[in-house]
Amino acid sequence: MEPVLSVEELSVRISGLHILQGVSFTVAPTGVTVLLGRNGVGKTTTLRAIVGLTPPAGEVRGTIRMGAQSLLARPTHRLVRGGLGYVPEDRCVFAGLTVAENLRLAERRGTTPAYDKVFALFPELDRRGRQRAGSLSGGQQQMLAIGRVLLNDNRLLLVDEPTKGLAPKVVTEVAEVLERVAESVPVLLVEQNLAVVRRLARDAVVLAAGKVAWTGDARELLLETALTKSLLGVGSAEVAAPSARSEPAGPAVAREDQH
Amino acid sequence: MGTVILLALTGLGLAALYFLVASGLSLVFGLADVLNFAHGLFLGVGAYGTWWAAGNLPGAGPDGFGFVFAVAFGVAAGTLVAILVELVLIRPLYSRTIEQVLVTVGLSLAGVALLQATWGADARPFPRPDWTRQVTGIFGAQVPNGGLLLIIAAVLVLGAILAFLRWTRYGLVIRAGVENREMVTALGIDVRKAFTLVFAIGGAAAALAGALGGVYFGTVSPGQGGSLLIFAFIVVVIGGMGSVVGSAYAAVVVGLVQQFVNYYGTSGLGDICVVGLLAVVLLLRPQGIAGKVATA
Repeated sequence: MEPVLSVEELSVRISGLHILQGVSFTVAPTGVTVLLGRNGVGKTTTLRAIVGLTPPAGEVRGTIRMGAQSLLARPTHRLVRGGLGYVPEDRCVFAGLTVAENLRLAERRGTTPAYDKVFALFPELDRRGRQRAGSLSGGQQQMLAIGRVLLNDNRLLLVDEPTKGLAPKVVTEVAEVLERVAESVPVLLVEQNLAVVRRLARDAVVLAAGKVAWTGDARELLLETALTKSLLGVGSAEVAAPSARSEPAGPAVAREDQH
Repeated sequence: MGTVILLALTGLGLAALYFLVASGLSLVFGLADVLNFAHGLFLGVGAYGTWWAAGNLPGAGPDGFGFVFAVAFGVAAGTLVAILVELVLIRPLYSRTIEQVLVTVGLSLAGVALLQATWGADARPFPRPDWTRQVTGIFGAQVPNGGLLLIIAAVLVLGAILAFLRWTRYGLVIRAGVENREMVTALGIDVRKAFTLVFAIGGAAAALAGALGGVYFGTVSPGQGGSLLIFAFIVVVIGGMGSVVGSAYAAVVVGLVQQFVNYYGTSGLGDICVVGLLAVVLLLRPQGIAGKVATA
């Protein structure tokens, strides 16, 4: 099957730092592809480069294609309207707007927003329509951030650390939602929680020092204890942790500096 | 008692003038991160546009509907200039702060020079309806009608901007963009259109300030916009970048402090107090009264 996204020789320099140094990988047209690596290796930078959010002072080279379409140098709003959904790290909901206004903002002209689908996945968003997004809990904000993107049809979803900082119960809920979402649209996921990765991901791309260090089957990677330990910096006991279904707040990839 | 009421209402008139200039300045900075030193030019265009229209445009004049038409012409001219400035000069320079500052400072100087070259450096008498030269008795104070007109106009503009921000799609985009512009684009919205819109709104409000400021002061001069802009910047910083309501509160505080201190203290001391107030706000609450929120 043709990949939904192909990234070739992607290099990103920001303020003199060569963060990505020729990254190449593909995203399968179904299921979840997870982008792994220790903190600071360029996972978020990769997602932001794909969606055109590299800072103006940054320099991006290489090729990014969604189907036959080249994505580089196209403005972010056009990429998103073209079916590239983006859920950023730290949710980025509009704290001063209500939940309903956050959702209304995501509506696209000429399309019918899928409120039924979003409220079926997140009934709480319907009940809290008049509440300011800034007063929601972290988990509710994450649901709003995901719900905002699911209002529209997407060809690919980019989801950056959706379980970061969430309580174990909420991590399970978010993982369940992403599992259901991935049944209808491919997802490129950045995730530190290996239990969630084990539950959701089919393919894995591991970055190390701005380069692709490993690609392949995600479950295979997690079974290779020594390899996982060397690539992600987690202990063997953590890698061998059970499935996310029972213990969602599993081990996290070692944290270093952050971009 | 009459003196206090007179000072309060003339202070509010001054506050209204500051608010009309500051509201657009605040929205432009809050949404687009542009510190627009050329904002005073829009005020100058509005003032001179109204002055010129009242004397030359068929149907326009210093009285009745003719004056309304002249003000509408001045506001339209200021809005058009604001849109052109955004599209031609600012848009290529987004994210290049230093260049933006240089261009807008240069444009403000060039604008004043152009007005001087065209109509001279001296202040000119402003055509205004007779009733604006008269006073209205309020609780024993004889308050100039020109000041009351400014207060009414500012309240209407505040209401209109808040209704626009609250009830329209573009208002929603602007409120969200003031919080997180990048995320607005990540939802598929071309935020540059909102930039042009806030420039147009700011230009219109500043041009109205120019026209009604002409009524208030009785004259129009090329440097009027620049001197008002200094206090408008102070109002924006005290009110909170991007907050229209914050600008309204700050304008009232600045206008009243200036008027009362200048009257009861030494002339000019009010201006110094306002700068002192700015320093205190920057030290204790650098985000301003309202912080970075587009509505409240």
